[in-house]
Amino acid sequence: MADMTYLLSFIAVAAIATFATRVIPFVFFERHTEHPLIKHLGRYLPAAVMALLATVFLTRSGNWNAAVPGLDAVLPGLLVVAIHLWRRNALLSIAAGTAAYMTIQQTGFLAGF
Amino acid sequence: MNQSVFRLTLPILFGYIPLGMAFGVLFATQLDYPWWAAPLMGVLIYAGAGQILAVSLLAVGAGMVEVFVAMFVLNARHLFYGLSLLGQFRGAGWRKAYLIFGLTDETYSLLTSRPRGPDRHHEQEVDFRITGFNQCYWVIGCAIGALLGDNVAFDSTGIEFALVALFIVLTIEQYKALKDGFPLWTGAAAAGIAMLMLSPSHQLIGAIVIVTAVLLVHYRRLKDTGATEGANHG
Repeated sequence: MADMTYLLSFIAVAAIATFATRVIPFVFFERHTEHPLIKHLGRYLPAAVMALLATVFLTRSGNWNAAVPGLDAVLPGLLVVAIHLWRRNALLSIAAGTAAYMTIQQTGFLAGF
Repeated sequence: MNQSVFRLTLPILFGYIPLGMAFGVLFATQLDYPWWAAPLMGVLIYAGAGQILAVSLLAVGAGMVEVFVAMFVLNARHLFYGLSLLGQFRGAGWRKAYLIFGLTDETYSLLTSRPRGPDRHHEQEVDFRITGFNQCYWVIGCAIGALLGDNVAFDSTGIEFALVALFIVLTIEQYKALKDGFPLWTGAAAAGIAMLMLSPSHQLIGAIVIVTAVLLVHYRRLKDTGATEGANHG
């Protein structure tokens, strides 16, 4: 049987470290909520982070050694954009893109490209 | 209201259950610990990449200082999320601690992208429920994965693309709300630079540091040119 004391202290330390990354801004900047710089970040940071996450995760979803690098992820990604601009229904866009990606990955029908 | 919150979190469900399961399977197959430690980590740590890293740290019996530093550095991007939510979480009372605890990439994305009414207290309660739903999906995923271990046989390959699609949709929504492409191009360019220059585990934090630095310069410039803060300059 593995060492339970080690496991539980491990989980406790990992939990504290992770929570620290989330709580620190609230501890140190709480009194500066009205500062124009904080408002500036509040206005622009979410949009920038969203584009950044979309770019990184989309890139990681693709096979960049294929004949057309990344096509297996970029194609479903473009489908999400097109359907979302067309209907602006988040669930529909996400379901369509995910279904397309799953089909491509499971059937491998883009493998020849 | 709960139903609309559930609908809002559906993409997270499709992303978190398979990813949580991936962690659970990894935990069960790599380590000789009881299965319930996997969902326990989902409850107390609640960080996808962090928990997957934790499996390899547990496997080598890493020391506590090493564990703290590794988890802090890997999750350091969360430091920047709070900055844009300081006002939004203000006065949330007892819910605030949990709202802060539950700030994953995906929860941050939902909380900063959804439209908000004038009733702050109500909106904070919705935020609280979104956070709670999301963590439930994650913990359930961790538990199923650890219980099934190697015996996971269904083909859900690729379903985690739901999270990629969610980020794409939210990027479009952010653009429509802001009517300013500048932060989007900055974010995408920063991601590109970070992916070219950094190892995978440092790419997210690297990109967020670049984005924040650019926004600081942007802020200084607006101030120097005398543009009023909050003005639309799209």
